Amino acid sequence: MTNYAVEAERLKVRRGGREVLHDVSFAVEHGSITGLLGPSGCGKTTLMRCVVGVQIVAGGTVTVLGTPAGSASLRNKIGYATQNPSVYADITVTESLRYFAAILRAPEGDVERVIEEVGLDRNADQLIGDLSGGELNRASLAVALLGRPELLVLDEPTVGLDPLLREELWTLFHKLAGKGVTLLVSSHVMDEAARCSRLLLMRDGYILADDTPAALRQKTETADLEQAFLRLVREQEAIA
Amino acid sequence: MNATLTAATAKRILTQLRHDHRTVALMVLVPSVLLILLRYVFNNEQQFSAAAPALLAVFPFAIMFIVTSITTLRERTTATLERLMTMPIAKLDLLFGYAIAFGVVAVVQVLVAAGISLTWLGLEIDGSVWLLLLIAVLDALLGTALGLLASAFARTEFQAVQFMPAIVMPQILLCGLFAPREAMAPVLEWLSNIMPLSYAVDALTQVTHSADVDLTLVRNLIIVAGCGLLALFLGAATLRRRTA
Repeated sequence: MTNYAVEAERLKVRRGGREVLHDVSFAVEHGSITGLLGPSGCGKTTLMRCVVGVQIVAGGTVTVLGTPAGSASLRNKIGYATQNPSVYADITVTESLRYFAAILRAPEGDVERVIEEVGLDRNADQLIGDLSGGELNRASLAVALLGRPELLVLDEPTVGLDPLLREELWTLFHKLAGKGVTLLVSSHVMDEAARCSRLLLMRDGYILADDTPAALRQKTETADLEQAFLRLVREQEAIA
Repeated sequence: MNATLTAATAKRILTQLRHDHRTVALMVLVPSVLLILLRYVFNNEQQFSAAAPALLAVFPFAIMFIVTSITTLRERTTATLERLMTMPIAKLDLLFGYAIAFGVVAVVQVLVAAGISLTWLGLEIDGSVWLLLLIAVLDALLGTALGLLASAFARTEFQAVQFMPAIVMPQILLCGLFAPREAMAPVLEWLSNIMPLSYAVDALTQVTHSADVDLTLVRNLIIVAGCGLLALFLGAATLRRRTA
C-alpha cells in the first residue's frame, strides 16, 4: 500500500492533434488538500479528467487509491465535480441529489446532509435552472460529496462565490481532509493556494512546481504566491 | 445491469418531464391533433380509416425519435453524462431508464390518439384494440431507441434535429403509407424491407383488417421489438466512459 492517493507517471494526453499534457508526473498524499493551480488552458481540467478516468490518455499511468484510474472499483470512491456545473437544470436540487444518491447507494439522509454542507438549505426545492451561478456550482459540488468518497476531485469549485461562502467551503474541505478524505482542487485564483497543504503549479501542460506553499515562498523568496508563480515562469523561460 | 438503477433513471427522467408541462402537452396531444386534422382533410371516414392505422405508428415513432435524441444529446453536452460515467451505473441502466420513461409517455400518447381515433374519428378495426396499442407502443419505443442511437452521432442539437428528416422521413415514405410496398420499384421495396417502421405499419394494417393473429403478425412484432433492442444495445456501445 503506497502512501499516495493519486500517483501519475509520465502522463501524456493529446487532444485535437495537440499534446496538452507532456510527461506529467506527480503524487497526491492521502488526506491532503492539493491545489492544482495555473492559468486557464494550462491542462488542469485534462489532468483531473485523467484522475477520474474519463480522459483517453496517450501514454503514462495514473494510479488512484492503489488501482489504475478509471477502474470499476473506484466508481463509488471518487467524488467529481466538473468545471461547468453538471446537474439537471429541469429538476429541483433535492430531486437531482436523490437520483445521484440512488446510484451511489448513499445512506439515508445523505441528500439532506450534503445540501446543508454546501449551504443550499433554502434552495432545496428550487429548480436547478432557476439558481444563480454560485448556487448552481454548489448544487454540482453537493453531488460530489454524496456517499463516502475517499477522493474528491473538484474542478474550480469556488468560482463565482462570495468571500463568505468561499470561506465556508474551504472550512468544509479542511474538515473532510481531517477525516482522511483526499482532495484535489483546481483554481486559477492564487489566493486560494495558501489554503492548500500542497500545490501543483501548472503551465502549458507541464508541472512547474510541486511543493508546499511555505516551501514555494521560501524557494522563490517572495511572500506572495502569485509572485512566486511569476518567478517560476520566468525562471523556466530563461532556461528555455 | 441493476433494476434499481434503471428505475431510478426512469424516475429522474419522468421527474424532468413533470416539471416541463409544455413538452408533456406537446408529446401527448400533437399526434391526436394531427389525426383529427387528417380526418377532416379527407372529410371521409373510409379514406381516414385506410390511412389512420399507419399514422398511429408513424406519429409516435417520429415524435419519440426527436424527443429522445435531443434529451440524450443534452445529457452528453451538459457533462451530466461524464459525471454518470464516473459513477457505479451501467450504460444499459441509463439507456433502459430512458426507454422505460419515454415508453410510459408513449403509452399515454398512443392511448389518447387511439382513443380519439376509435371513438370520435370513426376508425374501425377488426382486430384487437389491445394489439393495436401494443404495436403502437412498440413503435414509439423503436423511435426512442433509434433516437438514443442517433444522438451519439450528433455533436449539437442542431445536427440532432437534422437526423429527424434523415432517418425518420425515408422510413415514412417507404413504409407503405403512400404506396403499397409490393408496388414499389425493386430497389425501393428492398429498402423498405430493411426499415423497421415498415413492419410496424404492416402489423397495424393487418390488425385493422383482420382479427387473426397469425405467424406474419407475430414475426412483424418480433422484428419491431428486436430492432428497438438492437438500437439500444448499439446505443450503449456508443457511450464511452473515456473520451478524448
